[in-house]
Amino acid sequence: MSYLELLKLASPETIVVITALAVLAIGLGTGRVKSTATVSTSKPAQSTNDTSTATGICSAVAALGLSIAIGTVLMLPRNATLFGGMLVITPLTSLFKIICISLAFFTVLLTTSEKALRHPGEYLALVLFATVGLMLLVGSEELLMIFIGLELLGLSLYVMTAFDKTDVRSAEAGLKYFLFGSMSSAFTLFGISLIYGMSGTTSLAAISEKLATVSVQALLAVGIVMTLIGFAFKIAAAPFHLWAPDAYQGAPVPSAAFIASASKVASFVVLGKIVLVGFARVHGGAAWHAMVAGWSPVLAALAALSILVGNLVALAQSNVRRLLAYSAVAHAGYTLIGLVAGDRDGFSAALFYATIYAITLVGAFGVVAMVRRETGGDDFANFCGLASRSPLLAGCMSIFMLSLAGIPPLAGFFGKFYLFSVALRAGANQGLLWLVAIALLGSFISLYYYLIVLKTIFVDEPSLATARHLDGLSSDLLPRTVVVVLAASVLLLGLAPEILAAPIVAAVP
Amino acid sequence: MIAWTIYLTFAGAVLLLLLPRRFARWIALFTTIAGLALGLIALVRTPIADLAQFTTIVRVPWVPALGMNYQLAIDGVSLTMVLVTGISAVSTVLFSWDVEHRQNEFFFWLLLVVGGCYGVFLSADLFLFFAFYELVIVPKYFLIAVFGSTNKEYGAMKLTLYSFFGGMLVFIGVLTAYVTAGSLDLNQLSQFQFSPQLQAWAFPVLFLGFAVLAGIWPLHTWAPTGHVAAPTAGSMLLAGIVMKLGSYAGLRVAMNLFPQGFQMWSKWIALLAVVGIVYAAAVALRQRDLKFVIGYSSVSHMGFVLLGLAAATALSVSGAVLQMFSHGVIAALLFAVAGRMIYRRTHTRELDVLAGMNLSRALPFAAFTFVIAAAASMGIPGFSGFAAEITILIGAWRTYPLAVWITGVGMVLVAAFTLRALKQSFFGEPEPGVTLQEGQIALDPDWNERQSITVAEKCGACLLMFATLAVGLYPKLLLDRIMPAVEGMRFLK
Repeated sequence: MSYLELLKLASPETIVVITALAVLAIGLGTGRVKSTATVSTSKPAQSTNDTSTATGICSAVAALGLSIAIGTVLMLPRNATLFGGMLVITPLTSLFKIICISLAFFTVLLTTSEKALRHPGEYLALVLFATVGLMLLVGSEELLMIFIGLELLGLSLYVMTAFDKTDVRSAEAGLKYFLFGSMSSAFTLFGISLIYGMSGTTSLAAISEKLATVSVQALLAVGIVMTLIGFAFKIAAAPFHLWAPDAYQGAPVPSAAFIASASKVASFVVLGKIVLVGFARVHGGAAWHAMVAGWSPVLAALAALSILVGNLVALAQSNVRRLLAYSAVAHAGYTLIGLVAGDRDGFSAALFYATIYAITLVGAFGVVAMVRRETGGDDFANFCGLASRSPLLAGCMSIFMLSLAGIPPLAGFFGKFYLFSVALRAGANQGLLWLVAIALLGSFISLYYYLIVLKTIFVDEPSLATARHLDGLSSDLLPRTVVVVLAASVLLLGLAPEILAAPIVAAVP
Repeated sequence: MIAWTIYLTFAGAVLLLLLPRRFARWIALFTTIAGLALGLIALVRTPIADLAQFTTIVRVPWVPALGMNYQLAIDGVSLTMVLVTGISAVSTVLFSWDVEHRQNEFFFWLLLVVGGCYGVFLSADLFLFFAFYELVIVPKYFLIAVFGSTNKEYGAMKLTLYSFFGGMLVFIGVLTAYVTAGSLDLNQLSQFQFSPQLQAWAFPVLFLGFAVLAGIWPLHTWAPTGHVAAPTAGSMLLAGIVMKLGSYAGLRVAMNLFPQGFQMWSKWIALLAVVGIVYAAAVALRQRDLKFVIGYSSVSHMGFVLLGLAAATALSVSGAVLQMFSHGVIAALLFAVAGRMIYRRTHTRELDVLAGMNLSRALPFAAFTFVIAAAASMGIPGFSGFAAEITILIGAWRTYPLAVWITGVGMVLVAAFTLRALKQSFFGEPEPGVTLQEGQIALDPDWNERQSITVAEKCGACLLMFATLAVGLYPKLLLDRIMPAVEGMRFLK
């Protein structure tokens, strides 16, 4: 194994890292110009002007680097394994690297509308480092490497969350996220060490073989549960979701979008790989008439709890971002059902759902970002009468909300149908019906709060304070385009789900 | 070609978003007329023999990995429902001719409801069917919450949540059928033998889910509040076609897929249906708001449909389908008079206030229309209501004679509340100087030009009256097409 070949197979990651360094350098350069300008002329207008130029250049470079990275992913060989699974290339990893990079790409484009960022170079570099973490996470079948990916992702996200120094909520969110995150990392590491102690290896495939002969004993159970806790934290499944509302509400909007989308998709890919490949032999059973110890009852319990807690608490929210956070908890629960179902179909349904959910949430946060910029907040009051101020944004937001609620012909509806049908088929004799019924009850509850958001947008009269017209601005053309593209793809994936479902089904081993 | 009803309607909806508002009402009108015309062409051109089976007309693979096809089919039952959708849609647009507030949006939501209904009535693939079924829910919310009146946000949310609750039960039933049989093709599914244990629980779940939309007692309470809150067009669509989605789906999907489950539960459905007929009629007798009276009458009339389905003879089920058509037309007509002709001009629906206005003098055309509608609603021979209800009762006599007796009492109540509403709204004792809520004189004794019934309203009312009369005088027109299709269904054997 030569380093040249390693470089070739890891070229997408390399390119993203190089881009990150380049963006950092550009940010430093333009940042210094800005500070001198502020000191010498003390004209705030010019300084914001400088920042927005810097934001423009940095995000252009970042977007370019990410597009090149997508290109190189496409050029990778179909299958390759390095260092016993440390770095793996399969159709699945390539597909999800592309999806994660694209989500990062949209996040980068959304940053251009974020005026509050004082150091765009550093911020975008962090986004790119987090993207590298995602790519490592997706492209590995080895516990240590997965842990490194998780940490790289996590550390970048903590800083991204706390990035807005002018906002005390952002700092609070960052701290909460960090404390919960590091705690759960500790759990994961402990779990991994126990698994390693039992099996003597960290490669998922080898673990699976070793565990084949072992019955579920206390030590293994503790190892599995602890490993799962770390991921439950990452996907914000109840009861490990407590950081999510603050992070979603307090973080700068692009950070929240990134946490809700790309980070989640990658976590689901890895979680799926760990439980379905590594712990394949200790699947257990979550059917109501035949509960068997293993990881699937654990995930089923997490799913049921997430769906109920997420949806019920979301009912009481009056801030759109907080509401999205609690609904994210519920959606993590729905997605987990696919993993509980547990076979190839279940995994692909879960991945399909996670992907469309991510697309939807990036779009929703895009709308939130624009509303926030115009009205200075993201409470329901700021959304009042959005339909008359900006029919386009209102239309896009309704597409996102209704897709989350699972209304046809949007992608969320097909996603739910796919997910629940797979779950129902998995347990013999409709064993998972209880979980599906809870999920359907949850989506019934969820319609109420999504409709309340839409009611605020379409029915309520705009208050005078927020009566500015959103459509008259041309400066946010780019984020607006992003939102429209995402809304269109949500609609398209609902009308022709085959476009995304077929590659995922083909790629899942 | 009948498939174009769906495409044209959705195309019209998209067009409404793109074109400026002065085209809005015309686009809506042309789209709905085209839909009705396609339905009529299908009625004339399709040989009756072809309508005996659920014949596939379009079949395109959609998501092959999951066995989903874009598949449409038609038989006599579907055709009847497509026709009533077309008639209601055209008259609805005519009766919302002077909507000024957010016009494009209004007709956009309206066309989505209509298009979704066409879709439901024509789908032959369970997933497609369910997608259209759920698609109808959200446009209704906006139609009511944005454009409605009295307590609109409450009514809209209640209606939407009830519909979605039903949708949730349907989701479970649909998934169970799909997962067990491994197919989504309705024709294949209706051949599949589900195990009796499964049918015993899957049928009530599925049927109850559908019945929520059909206004089954005791899950009917969304209907009166929803009808009252909705704008006239909304009430007309709701009562005219959306409630029929539930009963149609119960017949097409629940009863056809799970015939044994249906046999186990049919007496309970009949019980709820009869209670609904009598209860809703009794409640309607005590209402003061004209729209509440009509709202409860809808529940009562839909009880007849459910009774016809539950009795499960070829005659009673055909009668039920005919009643869906008939009630669609009559309810639309009643709501048009109450919501548009009266409310727009007097700004009140209180029967006590209306009684003092002597509206029959001021609005003779409205009075005429309401008399026709009331007669049809009471089941006077010569109107479609009579043809449908008598068919149901004759058909049900063999299975549930007691239910027919009780229903007879219910029909007296229906006649009572209809006559009461008719008398109070149009033929009350005139009292001089009755004032509006806004303080103006309600209707000037000397003729006011702005208050006369417009041409659009007359056209809409005439279309609906013609439909109820035509079917009332010559029910064979539809029954000949409905009966063979019903006789081919599995649950009768």
